Amino acid sequence: MSKQQNSVIQWFDDRFPLLSTWRAHLSEYYAPKNFNFWYYFGSLAVLVLVNQLITGIFLTMSYKPDASMAFASVEYIMRDVDYGWLIRYMHSTGASMFFVVVYLHMFRGMMYGSYRKPRELLWLIGMFIFFILMSLAFTGYILPWGQMSYWGAQVIVSMFGAIPYIGDTLSQMILGDFTLSDAALNRFFAYHVVTLPLLLLVLVFVHIVALHEVGSNNPDGIEIKSNLDSKTGTPVDGIPFHPYYSVKDIFGVVAFLIVFCGIIFFAPEFGGYFLEYNNFIPANTLQTPDHIAPVWYFTPYYSMLRAVTVNFLGIDAKLWGVILMAMAVVIFCFLPWLDRSPVKSIRYKGPYFKFALTLFVISFFVLGWLGTKAPTPLYTLLAQIFTVIYFAFFLLMPWYSKIDKTKPEPKRVTK
Amino acid sequence: MNSRRRFLVVTTSLAGGAACAGIATPFLLSMMPSERAKAAGAPVEVDISKLEPGMLLMVEWRGRVVWILRRTEEMLGTLKKLEDQLADPASDKDQQPTYAKNETRSIKPEILVVEGVCTHLGCSPVFRKDIAPADLGADWLGGFFCPCHGSKFDLAGRVYKSVPAPTNLAVPPHTYLSDNQLIIGSESKESV
Amino acid sequence: MTLIRSFLIIFLFFPIGINAAGVEVQLDKAPIDTRDNDSIKRGAQSFVHYCLTCHGASFMRYNRHQDVGFTNQELLDNIIQTGQKVGDLMVSAMKKNEAEGWFGVAPPDLSVIARSRGADWLYTYLRSFYRDETTATGWNNLIFDKVAMPHVFYELQGQQILKVKSLGDGKESKTLELAVPGSIPKAEYDKFVADLVNYMVYLGEPHAAHRVDLGIKVMLFLFAMLGLTYLLYKEYWRDIH
Repeated sequence: MSKQQNSVIQWFDDRFPLLSTWRAHLSEYYAPKNFNFWYYFGSLAVLVLVNQLITGIFLTMSYKPDASMAFASVEYIMRDVDYGWLIRYMHSTGASMFFVVVYLHMFRGMMYGSYRKPRELLWLIGMFIFFILMSLAFTGYILPWGQMSYWGAQVIVSMFGAIPYIGDTLSQMILGDFTLSDAALNRFFAYHVVTLPLLLLVLVFVHIVALHEVGSNNPDGIEIKSNLDSKTGTPVDGIPFHPYYSVKDIFGVVAFLIVFCGIIFFAPEFGGYFLEYNNFIPANTLQTPDHIAPVWYFTPYYSMLRAVTVNFLGIDAKLWGVILMAMAVVIFCFLPWLDRSPVKSIRYKGPYFKFALTLFVISFFVLGWLGTKAPTPLYTLLAQIFTVIYFAFFLLMPWYSKIDKTKPEPKRVTK
Repeated sequence: MNSRRRFLVVTTSLAGGAACAGIATPFLLSMMPSERAKAAGAPVEVDISKLEPGMLLMVEWRGRVVWILRRTEEMLGTLKKLEDQLADPASDKDQQPTYAKNETRSIKPEILVVEGVCTHLGCSPVFRKDIAPADLGADWLGGFFCPCHGSKFDLAGRVYKSVPAPTNLAVPPHTYLSDNQLIIGSESKESV
Repeated sequence: MTLIRSFLIIFLFFPIGINAAGVEVQLDKAPIDTRDNDSIKRGAQSFVHYCLTCHGASFMRYNRHQDVGFTNQELLDNIIQTGQKVGDLMVSAMKKNEAEGWFGVAPPDLSVIARSRGADWLYTYLRSFYRDETTATGWNNLIFDKVAMPHVFYELQGQQILKVKSLGDGKESKTLELAVPGSIPKAEYDKFVADLVNYMVYLGEPHAAHRVDLGIKVMLFLFAMLGLTYLLYKEYWRDIH
């Protein structure tokens, strides 16, 4: 670094915590040295977030949040705006990839016990990010104003109507009309481009601050901070984030971009999963498509919504479905207190936990697959069975995690 | 830092820089006028057979006003007289296609085709063909006056000295498809 | 562990197609080549001649067709409707409310029809009209029952009739038979429809060819970048033991 550069940096550093921030969060932030494949998804989520923000801003330059113009304005972007098709596919593929990355990121936390003390708050902030992400996906999916946008939103907003006493008033307030219309499109646009991204940015910032306070977990689930080098005072099993994890994450980013660009350029509809075929039909308020299914990342929850077919405890099935669906998402927040195992990582947990987690993953996929299908008696039965398994994973955890036969944790991280 | 490491850092940074430039390109291009804007800004055909001498016709091209003025002999006569009062009497500044860089700033001497957009800050000047009106002074021989900031132009759209506008009014690309059929925005003889 | 990981990988990389129309019918595979510009150009001419009278393609501009090799003059001579300019959108000549009066429903805009229906559906649909005196138009369609659209190509294809054979168990097989031959033989009609469908696929996403071409370049760059960043990563990680 030249002298001149140094003095410029010095000038800023006297007025802003430049170097100390750089050190605290990058060059002297010690991360465990045994991160594996699963630890790429945090930085990839940030990458996708940046992608969504930039492409989103460019899309708002040409998109019209007006029920009579929205569909046409999307096609205008796809055809008349130079490279508009690329920007739009980057955004639509980015939406799905956001969920891929975040689901894998969450699954990583579940495997290695990253939600356990002292990272409970980190986990909760992450869950709030997930809720915001779901809201962003929902409000964003309405904007093209195709058949699936319209009827998908109709179904979701009708769920609020299931809430006793205030339901109808609440859904009218959400829609700003007696039915899903231009008013709702216009305000969902406001949420999608202003309110929710702002909240998301703040939460992501807080998530990273909290992470760097408690330090990263690792595949062994042991605290590297409890074993410090006597001379330097830094963790023996820790390495500076920069340059070691920055170069590793750059490699991860390029590998991810290969998948991401592969979809954008060669399969932007992704077989109807990322861009649903029926959403190429403009919204028709008088005709529901033969078969409606939400985008893939919501299908597991959609299955649970449909799985409840009986009224019980004096509450009707519709409301139970809504409660169950909400609970399926919220229940993740309780994980830090449901897990009673003496060890954090799946590497040292016993067969019960491994079996439970495998069943949970299978139920998540099966429910997801069922959510794309039209309901039949067999499918509904399957959805009911797997909904029970899904919840059993959480609700029985205090029991099976406690009696499980665990292995002793090592003193040092292993490769 | 060993040489292999330095080499890899430099190459990766260069490739990363190239990637960023590559990603920025479509985004910047997307901000250019879209196909719709281009279609809306397509050349305009104008029939000038009904344009009387001394009369001004306004047409819209790319959202801007284009004036077509059929000048009388007297009007053309004023152009020479004003030369010493003008900032750029010979149209040296690049405000017109080469075929309009002449004394009358036009293809046909009597027909002036000029954008009605003041070169100062984009207001549209007013056509003032009245000679020596009270507000413009005794030596006003007719021309265009910009009400926003007082810039003055003669009957060939040339700017006066000591007014805010820096250059002559712009002459858009245009050509004649036939004697009375004018096309603005294109220099090819092909019809749209 | 490995089970979970392979699950994820299968999930990520193997999309399972969703039946676009949601109806269980056997569709014929559309024999189209989206890189065959001559076929797309033939399709464009048929589209303008037959479809654009009732349907619009109102997100598409005429001059976009230069992508597939039309010159400005060819567009003016063969494609552009009278009174329209090269930069105009391909709107239908028919007014929406008039159309509703004639057909009961307004004919849908066809700009992105290939993206919602799929090429195979369109190819099958346009070859599956048959005579049915019980409908208002006198035509019906094997894969779109009671469709409001009449058979606009019957002079070319001829008139098909429906043959229903009982297979027992309440099942039946439905086939079409050519009762009155049209002006061109079946193979030629199929090719005519294939060209038209090829055009509609192009119409659905005019940038598709450009997208793939650009994608190949991007992928080549990214793979080179992957190698480079891998070397960089391994170089730094030699420090770590």
